[in-house]
Amino acid sequence: MEYFLTYLKVFAVGGAICCLGQLLINKTKMSSARILVTFMLLGVILEVSGAFSYLKEFASAGVTVPIVGFGSNLAKGALEGASEEGLLGAVKGGMSAVSAGLTSVIVFGFVFALLFKSKSKKI
Amino acid sequence: MNMLSKQEYVDFVKEKSPKSPMWRSMLAAFFVGGLICCVGEGVSDLLKLIFPAMTEEDVATWTTVVMIFAGSFLTAIGVYDKLGHFAGGGSIIPITGFANSVVSPAVEYNREGVFFGVCAKMFVIAGPIIVFGIVASVIVGIIGLFL
Repeated sequence: MEYFLTYLKVFAVGGAICCLGQLLINKTKMSSARILVTFMLLGVILEVSGAFSYLKEFASAGVTVPIVGFGSNLAKGALEGASEEGLLGAVKGGMSAVSAGLTSVIVFGFVFALLFKSKSKKI
Repeated sequence: MNMLSKQEYVDFVKEKSPKSPMWRSMLAAFFVGGLICCVGEGVSDLLKLIFPAMTEEDVATWTTVVMIFAGSFLTAIGVYDKLGHFAGGGSIIPITGFANSVVSPAVEYNREGVFFGVCAKMFVIAGPIIVFGIVASVIVGIIGLFL
């Protein structure tokens, strides 16, 4: 039952974030790059304002799986770096916090691009 | 031949033009997005079960990596783009969509060679995200110096 409630919250919050994105796409005809940047910056703002930790406590993966989680990680790393190492930490903190994700995206992208031939995707 | 007034013509066009599937697309985005987030939660629960000693932070990082792997693989075999056609924002906004935005052009352009095909086109969509992300994180870090 406890599990069910957790997953329900994850589903509802994650779905709501994606729904908001779809609304933005429908209303403004934004490209996916702009949508992703917008939501990432939203994550940065939520993290700096302190709201993100509450959201994360409420809906864990519901906010960390959408790209807002990526933005929040960036901001969190930068803030932690700044408080621990000063200016140098402020500069490198953000990237080191997301380095695992970024590296895996690039490595998987590279490997899969070499392994797979593109299918003609006229849908 | 009956003549249409300007207003009648506008109404006629409005009636005949395809209705934007507003509610359908938002519902699809909600369901698919929510489901992907639930998969993420499932992955992190599974990791916690298999590696009980892992710290919270490491579990979150591994979850991201697993989700990115799943997104990349599904993109490479051509499933994710079909899903994207159905779900729109529901497949773009999760981290798997970020992986898709990198892998999709990389696979698409591999016929143009490794250098300017795969490696350059990989960042067509991810480039702005990375640049905005780095700039924002530095700004936040510098603000953090004064907190």
